[in-house]
Amino acid sequence: MPAPRTLLDKIWDDHVVCTPPGELPLLYIDRPLGHEVPSPQAVEGLRLAGRRVRRPEATFATPDHNVPTSDRRLPIADPVSKQQIDTLRANCREFGVRLYDLGDADQGIVHVIGPELGITQPGMTIVCGDSHTATHGALGALAFGIGTSEVEHVLATQTLRQAKPKSLEMRVDGELRLGVTAKDLVLYLIGRLSTEGGTGHVIEYTGACIRGLGMEQRMTVCNMSIEAGARAGMIAPDAVTFDYLRGRDFAPRDFDRAVAAWERLPSDPGAAYDRVQVFAAADVVPQVTWGTNPAQVTGVDAVVPDPASFADPNDRSSAERALEYMGLRGGTRIVDIPLDRVFIGSCTNSRIEDLRAAARVVQGRTVASTVRAMVVPGSGRVKRQAEEEGLDRVFREAGFDWREAGCSMCLGMNPDTLAPGERCASTSNRNFEGRQGKGGRTHLVSPAMAAAAAVTGHFVDIRGWEYR
Amino acid sequence: MQSFTTHSGIVAALDRANVDTDQIIPKQFLKRIERTGFGQFLFFDWRFRADGTPEPAFELNRPEAAGASILLARRNFGCGSSREHAPWALADYGFRAVIAPTFADIFFNNCFQNGMVPIRLDEADVDELFRRVAAATAAGGQYRMHVDLRECRVADDAGFARPFTVDAFRRQCLLEGLDDIGLSLRHADQITAWEAAHGVPAAAG
Repeated sequence: MPAPRTLLDKIWDDHVVCTPPGELPLLYIDRPLGHEVPSPQAVEGLRLAGRRVRRPEATFATPDHNVPTSDRRLPIADPVSKQQIDTLRANCREFGVRLYDLGDADQGIVHVIGPELGITQPGMTIVCGDSHTATHGALGALAFGIGTSEVEHVLATQTLRQAKPKSLEMRVDGELRLGVTAKDLVLYLIGRLSTEGGTGHVIEYTGACIRGLGMEQRMTVCNMSIEAGARAGMIAPDAVTFDYLRGRDFAPRDFDRAVAAWERLPSDPGAAYDRVQVFAAADVVPQVTWGTNPAQVTGVDAVVPDPASFADPNDRSSAERALEYMGLRGGTRIVDIPLDRVFIGSCTNSRIEDLRAAARVVQGRTVASTVRAMVVPGSGRVKRQAEEEGLDRVFREAGFDWREAGCSMCLGMNPDTLAPGERCASTSNRNFEGRQGKGGRTHLVSPAMAAAAAVTGHFVDIRGWEYR
Repeated sequence: MQSFTTHSGIVAALDRANVDTDQIIPKQFLKRIERTGFGQFLFFDWRFRADGTPEPAFELNRPEAAGASILLARRNFGCGSSREHAPWALADYGFRAVIAPTFADIFFNNCFQNGMVPIRLDEADVDELFRRVAAATAAGGQYRMHVDLRECRVADDAGFARPFTVDAFRRQCLLEGLDDIGLSLRHADQITAWEAAHGVPAAAG
């Protein structure tokens, strides 16, 4: 009898083309995905070497990082952004790659539209020149971010040189408490694991808590695997996955046959992981980051930690530097931190369930006079669905900006940025120094927590929220 | 690809953990469509004041770091975004090697594509190197090290010498400056065979 294998083992084994003597294995890549930032140099490399894109029909691209989220009928004001997007457009045309361009009804953040269109499927290998490619692992794919040179390698060969990563099972037992979301869970897990606890590993999230999450919540969890240093995050496909994919644009035509194959993917009983960590969902409370990396996080009911409380000298100096940058002092209650801006969006939290959760909090209330708040849907489809459900009205009437799809203020490559010193509650994935604008101060939270902060002007524990 | 065999140079000490690629090359410089010219933007938000003048307190702007080509840092260097602009910026600035206890995976892989060696040493050894840089600085000088990729060894002129490990294939590619895409295309027949055996998934439309 063959040895029991993990989900990672199965996808890996199935995709190793060959391991030439003395070389790294060549791993077959089913779906190269692209956006405008890392691709121009990769394609230029192909062109200079006279190479072609090996499987343009399996390759998909969309502009997301640079795109304005204001009126799309206007030309792009920033000439450098425009050039980068024009380059993506010309490259896709030249090499025959499917582009969801600005103006296309299905344009959006690449990690939102991949699953949404059914391009992402269980058992696939998926890469993109973007670290949040881990998102796609929520559907039972092996998906990870790569650099531009590796993008070029994949486009030319449909393979990647990769040593097999180690496996880390993160098992979460039990159920999340009321008001606690997938975002809180993943922030909590990163806080426990540290920003490098997952380095060299692919995380498989397992356990009753993970099984109980909907598809979009699973994407939120896998999305942030990279913030714990992991190569990828993945969740075994199940009925939730199959129900999500059925009927989507690129879903297999013989869907039942595909499901039969996908049902063989989950880790076998007794399969060995290189590491296992176990957590209890009931321990998780709504989370707020206080520092400048996502592991610098605590519960909304806690206080900003005193740097002296960290035993490790690296952690202590990181905390000191972070608090200085963030303009915070140890001992301050999280709920006493006032905010200037609120951003709801990003590949972590811009899907329809995220917007519904935020709108439910905002319903019948208004944004605090001291706060500027914006909602940026993850894709054209998410935006249309939200508008059909009237969520845009809830947000607009409360005083939120309602924007076009893109990465927006998650990284501020487009005009949506924080001013120096501005403090933002953000549903995105990184609170690095200057991430949302030079001198900007980012606190990572769930969509519901961000919405509540917009209304009150400071953080509040969403578990006590009075819904109207 | 640029090759690497040996390199000797001045060490710049960046005594910070979790240096993310957003700091190495801030997002406002990711819009360029070239691979070159990023060195001027390296660590931009740390290196320059709001008025564009150099921030004298920043590690790379201090006299002991002038002309440095080896960067010494703390844990988890290069975490965060996959942007290869980070190694492009470091290499364009003049760095040929980075020494740290640990590196983030994507950054680590990206270095090899750009003629730069990421060197993992034990935390205690990295502590010792920070002390040696500080001692050289206190004496009014600079601290030099030697990296030998053929021997996988890093050393200084005062008795510090350590081996380091690096994947044999990546090492070979770097030593010889090999075009790894060209190497992979030698296996095109096997790639085609894999595709035939697995069937090409229907790209619906």
